[in-house]
Amino acid sequence: MKHLLSIADLSVDEIRSILDLAEEMHDVQSRPVKKLPALRGRTVVNLFFEDSTRTRSSFELAAKWLSADAINVSAKGSSVSKGESMRDTLLTLDAMGVDAIIMRHAGSGAVRQAAGWVRASMVNAGDGMHEHPTQALLDAHAIRRHLARHDLGDISGKRVAITGDLLHSRVVRSNVLLMAKLGASVVLVAPPTLLPPGVETWGVDVTHDFDSVLAEVDVAMMLRVQRERMQGGFFPSEREYIDGYGLTPRRLALLKDGACIAHPGPMNRGLEISSAAADAARSIILDQVSSGVAVRMSVLYHLLAGEDQS
Amino acid sequence: MTAYVLSGVSLPDGATTDLHVADGHLVDEAPSGAERVDCSGLLALPGLVDVHTHLREPGREDAETVASGARAAARGGFTAVLAMANTQPVTDTAEKAEHIHDLGLAAGVVDVQVIGAITKGLRGEELAELGLMHRSRAGVTMFSDDGMCVQDASLMRKALEWVRPFDGVIAQHSQEATLAGPGACCHEGELSGRLGLGGWPPVAESVIIARDVMLAEATGSRLHVCHITTAEGVEVVRWAKARGINVTAEVTPHHLLLGTEELVDYDTVYKVNPPLRTSEHIEALRAALADGTIDAVATDHAPHAPQDKDHAFVDARPGMLGLEQALSVVIETMVKPGRLDWAGVADRMSHTPARIARLAGHGRPLAVGEPANLVLVDPERMGTVDRDASASLSRNNPYHGRLLPDPVVATYLRGRETYRRA
Repeated sequence: MKHLLSIADLSVDEIRSILDLAEEMHDVQSRPVKKLPALRGRTVVNLFFEDSTRTRSSFELAAKWLSADAINVSAKGSSVSKGESMRDTLLTLDAMGVDAIIMRHAGSGAVRQAAGWVRASMVNAGDGMHEHPTQALLDAHAIRRHLARHDLGDISGKRVAITGDLLHSRVVRSNVLLMAKLGASVVLVAPPTLLPPGVETWGVDVTHDFDSVLAEVDVAMMLRVQRERMQGGFFPSEREYIDGYGLTPRRLALLKDGACIAHPGPMNRGLEISSAAADAARSIILDQVSSGVAVRMSVLYHLLAGEDQS
Repeated sequence: MTAYVLSGVSLPDGATTDLHVADGHLVDEAPSGAERVDCSGLLALPGLVDVHTHLREPGREDAETVASGARAAARGGFTAVLAMANTQPVTDTAEKAEHIHDLGLAAGVVDVQVIGAITKGLRGEELAELGLMHRSRAGVTMFSDDGMCVQDASLMRKALEWVRPFDGVIAQHSQEATLAGPGACCHEGELSGRLGLGGWPPVAESVIIARDVMLAEATGSRLHVCHITTAEGVEVVRWAKARGINVTAEVTPHHLLLGTEELVDYDTVYKVNPPLRTSEHIEALRAALADGTIDAVATDHAPHAPQDKDHAFVDARPGMLGLEQALSVVIETMVKPGRLDWAGVADRMSHTPARIARLAGHGRPLAVGEPANLVLVDPERMGTVDRDASASLSRNNPYHGRLLPDPVVATYLRGRETYRRA
């Protein structure tokens, strides 16, 4: 593996390998001394053109626990406005000789473009409305751990509902691809105004009726809804959004035994997810955060620890 | 002045003849001693006219100058181009129009007719000095805020009213801003959803065309629809023409050939506004160009320096080159499939665009007494497009590496050779 740009580029074997190694990395996290020497001497750059707290710190911890040197470069604000092209920003970092560039950018496809310009390995930490592959991998990892804890078998054959602002979400695109590769079925739940065009070609079920799927799903994954979308006319009011698509206490009670609740964060408590749901015993939201570090350790290991490094 | 006899040349109507050129005109008999040019196997078309070119001067002379754009135009077989107003500064006064007019005269290889802005600074708030630009040395006849759409219906109405006394034409970039805003950069559909690119829905074009044709009817003025891209937009134009509304429309070469799928790798060369569309729209455009619903091919030649393209797709400047491959693409998409004959090519790329812009001396038939503005074409020749083999200063050529017709042999502006293939 040279880059991690999209779940679409990963084979099922590569996905399983990443998730299995993440399991071992997860055990390291619970040790008092967390450092592994695997990436000693390697240098990783977090290049974030867009604000992020959890993803950036998660990657930073992952790199450090593998003994890589990690630096953060904030390139917030479009490079256009600063007068430097995105290509020049990337070439500058690459010329310093770094081994991997973990990049987030508000523009869809930006990390794939960057991979065409640099020698370093590129990791997509979220590109616009396109993909967020490590988020999907950590979601799968957290779901696998939940299933294992409750002796519920493999993720294959399970049913996952993804609910929220799917139009603007990079998480949903990565998850739809990943769940298909892992053999899970997906139902997307959103109002008509927040569904991506062409979603009928994605090979998933789509509904506007959240209640109708609650009893059948093994995972209720809730996505963030930005309040400013209301001004954009995507929904009439918070009240009406919650009435249709919020994981309210009433809907929480409709979930079947063993079903879990996931959310990539940051949450809008009281909007897409009630506190009762976020804090429920069946919530795996904090497990997703800890899985994030383990999965990103595994991803960095897969990209940088191979013998094919030049 | 040089005199020639272009011997054995085919004409758009299929006849073969000798064209005699002297003193910048087509004549009955060239003076004795005139150079004979063997044109057997070649076709003569009236010099091509592009009503939609971005020459970038003044302001972005690193991307294109009037002189470099004019050379690219001559290589493409053009004898006249209309220079869009979105320069820096915007062409919104008589003085600025005359400046570009003079640069065109100095370049010399094509006639550069200036397009004036509709509104000051392209801001869509107040009318630019339309009449003063018309009465200037530049003789502006066409006005456009291209790149920006005049959103305000009342202002659009007033622009149409203002230019009617001098037979001006308002050329609209049809893009309803609340349906297709600044982030809209990909045809809205399956691919925009998959790639996560902001969708540019066809309805954002057709609602503006619908509004504007009704305004053109209400005012009795001339409307020209820039770079039409959608089947729905074409239907509105067809309906308006049937109703007798004074509307014309243009299509670009890239919208005739290239589809949305080019965006799959986020290559910003393919970012253009309006965006590349899907096959059903492309088919509608070709059919409409064939039946005359679309009146003209116009390039929307839009040179950009690398630093304006080397950004994330959504941040990169929209636009692509077009002058040097326009005829190539029309042959590939329209002539070879039998949808347009050579007389049709002459009409859509010379006669009609010249008439839309009210350009005297261009778009004339190849007949005795007319100005010798013409292009010699080898209809069979093919070639692989090389973006570096270009007179343009920019390299954002979407046809690079493609095998396309390579027809232009020589171009003549008033009898003077402005380009000849090496």
